[in-house]
Amino acid sequence: MDFLNVCEVSKQYDGHLALDRVSLSIPAKSIYGLLGPNGAGKTTLIRIINQITAPDSGEIFLNGKLLSRKDISRIGYLPEERGLYKKMKVGEQALYLAQLKGVSKADALLRLKYWFEKFEIQPWWNKKIEELSKGMAQKIQFITTVLHEPELLIFDEPFSGFDPVNANLLKQEILALREKGATIIFSTHNMESVEELCDEISLINQSKVVLQGNVAQVRSTFKKQIYTVVFEGIYSPSHVMCFDCLSCQVSNGITTLRIRTESPNDALKEILKDYKIISFSEEVPSMNEIFINAIKTSSK
Amino acid sequence: MSKIGLIIKSEYLRRVAKKSFILLTFLVPFLFAATLFIPLWLSDIENGEVENVAVVDQVGKYKDALIDTSDFRFTFVEVQDVSVENMSSFVAYDIVVLIENDLLNVPAITMLSEKQVPIDLKRYVENSLEKYVEEEKIASYNIPNLKTIIKESQTKIAITTIKLNEDGSPNVSSTEVASGVGMLFMFLIYFFVFVYGTMVMNSVVQEKTNRIVEVIICSVKPFELMLGKIISIALVGLTQFLLWVFFIAVLIFAGSNFIEVSAIQPTLSSVDENAMTQVLQGLMSVNFVEIISFFVLYFIGGYLLYASLFASIGAAVDNETDTQQFVLPITIPILFAMYAGIYSIENPDGPLAFWCSLVPFTSPIVMMVRLPFGVALWEKLLSLAILVATFLLTTWMAAKIYRTGILMYGKKITWRELLKWIKYKN
Repeated sequence: MDFLNVCEVSKQYDGHLALDRVSLSIPAKSIYGLLGPNGAGKTTLIRIINQITAPDSGEIFLNGKLLSRKDISRIGYLPEERGLYKKMKVGEQALYLAQLKGVSKADALLRLKYWFEKFEIQPWWNKKIEELSKGMAQKIQFITTVLHEPELLIFDEPFSGFDPVNANLLKQEILALREKGATIIFSTHNMESVEELCDEISLINQSKVVLQGNVAQVRSTFKKQIYTVVFEGIYSPSHVMCFDCLSCQVSNGITTLRIRTESPNDALKEILKDYKIISFSEEVPSMNEIFINAIKTSSK
Repeated sequence: MSKIGLIIKSEYLRRVAKKSFILLTFLVPFLFAATLFIPLWLSDIENGEVENVAVVDQVGKYKDALIDTSDFRFTFVEVQDVSVENMSSFVAYDIVVLIENDLLNVPAITMLSEKQVPIDLKRYVENSLEKYVEEEKIASYNIPNLKTIIKESQTKIAITTIKLNEDGSPNVSSTEVASGVGMLFMFLIYFFVFVYGTMVMNSVVQEKTNRIVEVIICSVKPFELMLGKIISIALVGLTQFLLWVFFIAVLIFAGSNFIEVSAIQPTLSSVDENAMTQVLQGLMSVNFVEIISFFVLYFIGGYLLYASLFASIGAAVDNETDTQQFVLPITIPILFAMYAGIYSIENPDGPLAFWCSLVPFTSPIVMMVRLPFGVALWEKLLSLAILVATFLLTTWMAAKIYRTGILMYGKKITWRELLKWIKYKN
């Protein structure tokens, strides 16, 4: 069951097409990567989902129903450009933002207590945002994003500005939110975290979706039939070869071969005849390569 | 609580708790009271010091003319050959009064002092001697009861200005009082529209540069945010106004008890009693209920008109320094309204006053000047109707610019661009 359906959404600004019939289906309780180079139209799409702007054409369905104004309390959005009232106290600000999302003051206080304890930041309650470091403010912003327990969460570059320890903490929280049933849209340029977190992705380039699907499937379709073989002994090419040798490295009597072949089984058999295999693995292209490739081919 | 209510509450409480607000709210009444009372208080202190005045009366008949007061002690010194050159020998005295000639013939004396001769003393000596010589002259005519005759012949004309009400019934009025009241309310509207309008603009710019705005408008509509901000700042202004009125009243009451009555007495007695009653009558003739109700209406109308314009400018620019070029076209009408208001005092029913009190961009300010002089009902209603229609229009326009502007960064904004934003459908 898809939780969010974007159907043929187009948006034009000043004669510039920001989104061109973009469609995506985001399964419930999944982490969905919204990828694309700067200016591709991701922010426009996020703003349309947040109902900050309206699409020129196309429709959006949330849990099967046409997205309406009252759904905003079901959505939580962490924008890339973070912002809080600098002069306002942490606790007061979090309460205010939660109340604007329709949470009662009593509920908001209870949930804030939980999150402040979890992140061990109770002493910040009466501090002003301007007294906090950037990373600290980011934590507060994360809490304010999830405090109204939205069913749909949109994180735009959530890890920027975090040190590795806190980035990891955040990652665990995002995964935990999915476990609790939230559907998450994750927009980032960090392809490693896409591989790690996302179930499905859409790649937008020049206002159009150029690549879409399950992360594992996308990666396998971009496979180039390249394998890495590691074995004992020093490799010497035989006459009959059912593979192309791309590179060969020998160190301490161990050879690492990169080969391209259409029949990995035959290649393995051939090497097995003469050498003791240590490992044999297929090279799966990284999301980073796929991203760059897809952008290059679609931009042509 | 509705979302707009939440915004108003939060913005209001944050602003009222600001140090600058608290400081200004308390400082202004104190400054106001200080400008009133410190001169009085200081003159009261000076009264304690007694000036020693030596009088060298070479004519020898003015001993009764100069009588000691609490401030001046006159000592008649019998020195025959005193000249201006050896005055420095009077070390024990602060001031020397030298009467060389019979004032009947040569009405001139000299006062010598190392410091500036106090104006009080100069006036006292002048008045006392003039009165003495006057009486001497009257006596010299040898006409019985001449003094009483002269006193009786002196006449002062009292002018009572009566303004006829619409039904023809008379109403005692005072042009000066009406001008004063008009000016006061004009400045108040000017101050509130200008200061609080700018506050709206700066607050919008801050939210935009802070980037908090994107988070907020995921929860509320941009229009709700703009309106909430405008309303909360209006309430802050109203709070400040009421606190000023309250504190000034308290301070004046407390101050007049603190300062000795004697200090105030001379100022009071110097005011002609007739003029005093006229001022009171004039104040009574001013319809304060009417003026204050219209003040509130015009304040709301004028403030909404300008605040929405200020808000749209705040939304259009990226930082506070960029506001300059767009603010000018807004401040010019406000300033123009001020000058038009000041000139309207001289002719509150003239064409300048009439037209400026209809044009919505100047009417809130100019109408305040005209109200105490009396304005026809149809004019007031027409002016208010135009004002309401205009602020609805500007608020609608501002909302359009605002919703596009707050999410637009790094774009050089031109007037043409703003016009385009107004035409956007969404």
